[in-house]
Amino acid sequence: MPEKKLRILIAKPGLDGHDRGAKVVARALRDAGMEVIYTGLRQTPESIVETALQEDVDVIGLSILSGAHNHLFKKVIDLLKEEGAEDIPIFGGGIIPEDDMPYLKGIGVKKIFGPGTNTGDIVTYIKEMTNKF
Amino acid sequence: MNSLDELIKKMIKGDRRALGKIITLMENDSSSSAYIIPKIHYLTGKAHIVGITGPPGSGKSSIVDKLISYYRNEGKKVGVVAIDPTSPFTGGAILGDRIRMKKHYTDKEVFIRSMATRGNLGGLSEATGNTIKALDAFGKDVIIIETVGAGQVEVDVVKVADTVVVVSVPSMGDSVQTLKAGIMEIGDIFAVNKADIEGVEKCIMEIRMMLELSDKEEGWNPPIMKTFGNKDDGANELYDEIKKHNSFLFDSGYHEKRRIIREKTELFNILQNLFIKNLYSTVSEKEMDELAKKIANREKDPYMIIEELIPRLKKLI
Repeated sequence: MPEKKLRILIAKPGLDGHDRGAKVVARALRDAGMEVIYTGLRQTPESIVETALQEDVDVIGLSILSGAHNHLFKKVIDLLKEEGAEDIPIFGGGIIPEDDMPYLKGIGVKKIFGPGTNTGDIVTYIKEMTNKF
Repeated sequence: MNSLDELIKKMIKGDRRALGKIITLMENDSSSSAYIIPKIHYLTGKAHIVGITGPPGSGKSSIVDKLISYYRNEGKKVGVVAIDPTSPFTGGAILGDRIRMKKHYTDKEVFIRSMATRGNLGGLSEATGNTIKALDAFGKDVIIIETVGAGQVEVDVVKVADTVVVVSVPSMGDSVQTLKAGIMEIGDIFAVNKADIEGVEKCIMEIRMMLELSDKEEGWNPPIMKTFGNKDDGANELYDEIKKHNSFLFDSGYHEKRRIIREKTELFNILQNLFIKNLYSTVSEKEMDELAKKIANREKDPYMIIEELIPRLKKLI
């Protein structure tokens, strides 16, 4: 019988060397009963937005370790706007300094999860944000 | 005009997000499909539907990636439905087939949709059939369905394709075992992938032997191709065979026959899902648990219970 499921895109924009954290988060979300679309390393903002449209995801999670977060988050958000898809919420993770958080919040990033975050907190946050369960 | 009509209109005009949303609606809920399909069914039937199946790790996604490139070189618009299993323990899924198709991510004429198998109660076949229709109505020339093909439901899903490619790998005695379980009979073309590793000739021989035992009434002799992951060598020939098979279907008149079989399968799936849905609304899961308890305690037997349920079941629809 058909049933509703949360669909989450976990994506890594930019030139990060590994995706350990993103994979841990992807697994945690799967274990919480969500459908996780995982696209692998070194994605461009264009490819992330295109994937979000095709897969019709409820939430986008971006993981960035490279330091280029301000630029990459902004680009993804701008492209979503261009496609009329700015209603898809974005959260972030990776290595993001405290000082940059106000800027990111300002451009529309809903939440940033840093190193050491309990994966359970991410699950709870997504469920509350999407308000579907 | 309501918002769903608006969405359908946008989709038909080529809006990719609208297509994404429509697929979700139909995947989540059959009553949306009952509204959407009547509005798009008559626009469909033009696309060539190609099924790719084989054991996990056999290289299906890499082959699909190559095929997309060839189709795009000829200017064909491509839709892909990549099916991955839902965890039976958590109900979640990691859908990662796209990773192998990276170079097509930003090609606006390629639409890739990942789909999880979800429950076992038959929803997958209905959802896949409807997704194919949506991609067809959207204007895709070719629609590729990729699935592991383990279990009846997944075999059913890929069986409805016009052309079915079965992928296997040498040195994996088990792969042929898997194939025996039911997907062998549905292959129109066989691809022995990773053909540069040892045991390729043995694998080809095994497939050939199995094919000799099965009889295909259509008169198409399934070719066995060697492919090498995402290298052009071999994939090129596979692509040619897929197109050749499509021409064969039209020339022999089997195209229409297959389409009729497909629609019959779809009709059956939709009916089956409808019955299951109504069954659960008539006899709740909780009641079923209680009935099962009585059977387990030997107070009653299953047929006795069914006898008692029949008057209620007759009102199912």
